Amino acid sequence: MVENRPILNILAHLVLILGVLVVAFPIYIAFIASTHGPTDFLSGLIPLTPGHDTWHTYMTMLTTGMQTSGMPPLSLQMMNSLIMALTIAIGKISISIISAYAIVYFRFPFRNLAFWLIFITLMLPVEVRILPTYKVVADLGMLDTYAGLTIPLIASATATFLFRQVFLTIPDELMEAARIDGAGPMKFFWDILLPMSRNNIAALFVILFIYGWNQYLWPLLITTDASHYTIVMGIKRMADVADSQPQWNYIMATAILAMLPPVLVVIFMQKLFVKGLIETEK
Amino acid sequence: MKRIFFRNKFLPYLLIAPQMVVTIIFFLWPAGEAVLQSFQREDAFGLHTTWVGLANYRALFQDPAYIYSLQVTVVFTIGVTALALISALLLALAVDRTTKAGSTYTTLLVWPYAVAPAVVGVLWWFLFNPTIGLMPYLLSLVGYHWDHALKGDDAMILVIISAAWPQVSYNFLFFVAGLKSIPASMREAAAIDGAGPVKRFFTITLPLLSPTTFFLVVVNFVYAMFATFPVIDATTQGGPADATNILVYKVYQDGFVGLNLGSSAAQSVVLLAIVIVLTVIQFRFIERRIEY
Repeated sequence: MVENRPILNILAHLVLILGVLVVAFPIYIAFIASTHGPTDFLSGLIPLTPGHDTWHTYMTMLTTGMQTSGMPPLSLQMMNSLIMALTIAIGKISISIISAYAIVYFRFPFRNLAFWLIFITLMLPVEVRILPTYKVVADLGMLDTYAGLTIPLIASATATFLFRQVFLTIPDELMEAARIDGAGPMKFFWDILLPMSRNNIAALFVILFIYGWNQYLWPLLITTDASHYTIVMGIKRMADVADSQPQWNYIMATAILAMLPPVLVVIFMQKLFVKGLIETEK
Repeated sequence: MKRIFFRNKFLPYLLIAPQMVVTIIFFLWPAGEAVLQSFQREDAFGLHTTWVGLANYRALFQDPAYIYSLQVTVVFTIGVTALALISALLLALAVDRTTKAGSTYTTLLVWPYAVAPAVVGVLWWFLFNPTIGLMPYLLSLVGYHWDHALKGDDAMILVIISAAWPQVSYNFLFFVAGLKSIPASMREAAAIDGAGPVKRFFTITLPLLSPTTFFLVVVNFVYAMFATFPVIDATTQGGPADATNILVYKVYQDGFVGLNLGSSAAQSVVLLAIVIVLTVIQFRFIERRIEY
């Protein structure tokens, strides 16, 4: 702060409080809706104060789900989401760190070609090549499997670049010393590189977990069988009841449960989250 | 690249193989197929394919529905980017002024980034629901009849707000980092020379923030054009009467729902071209940012 201007300070706090309210408002309304029984919505306006059906609504959704629209229990869907998020995060980190290691620490024919092929994946979001990718996965018989849900999303140019950047800043002397001491390439990787990139791995993990958990279009296409539904895509199938009023309390309870895990990750690992976000964009 | 390196004939290939296999099977092959299909036409039963050259592209750019979708995308992209950038900049400037409570505010402002776009769509769809929502009720008090299921403009406002909401957190974090990197001495010197807060903002802060701003504009463009599919799907599904049918949503509709393979493939290739241009701009810019 350059100089003390009380009016500007008050203005700053007002802007921030307004921002916090706008951010929290939709969540508050959703949570309130999830605490009411179905009849409370007939009055024509969303209730603004908590109701008494919280426990019942959440327990029903978690244990039995919404049978009318063929939805499995949310506990199963959340489990699927967790499997998907963890597999994508760990998978992306693993294959990216070893390919960055190969690119930085080895010379081999086609090294540049490999680098450019990885670079191209950066330019091809799922949404753009959706139909042909779906066809490939269908031809490989991977519809309705965890492999189909995760493997096509696992290649990562961003993560490879991040690790390449990290490895380039690690002094060459370390590798010379390791070689003089008789360490082979894999020993050097396990005992020196991996521990040194621990922080970057953790930061990247936070970002990728959120990315994996929040996937929507891909699971929507790949899963036709309810046992593989993830919670983020399941919520849409619930809202799509033809011609009848949606069951708001159940839908909003699902929305709250769907956002809870990644939001908790951001709040409790804020430092790693910010680090991961800003580094992956460099 | 390192000055020294390991000598090993097979190990590097082994290390890079998983990434290569996934990239080739799930990225390059489908993308190549999209390019091929965009030059072909399939008959109604999928038995014959014939080469039609650029016919799919010509049909695409003569199709009023596609041109309309392009216009909708431009309005939507600019709307989301402007709303998300300006509100994020305001919040970042405010946090920059507060000395003690800054980190508390930051925590309270960043978490929407973690909410899935599909869930964000459902939340705002609920708030703006014409029969039960709170916002239509409040708007009716001032005499406005809100109905995004019938009015195209209402639908556009709804998708822009929903899509911008989580993106504000992202932009906010980058603006805060950008503001921190401006040396305090510059602003102090300007203050001593008699420049007020408004003048300082336009002559010092904003120009020095321009690398961050430019980078964020590109990122927000990419986000609005490609990552907002779930928001559209959860709120308006492209309607009413295609008023919010952005390009990414149209590819999906024409391909999966309409099963028009040739046209969908041509649309994919057009989108690919847009992504490539935006990525190249972003990378060229990053080269400059380092020397800044």
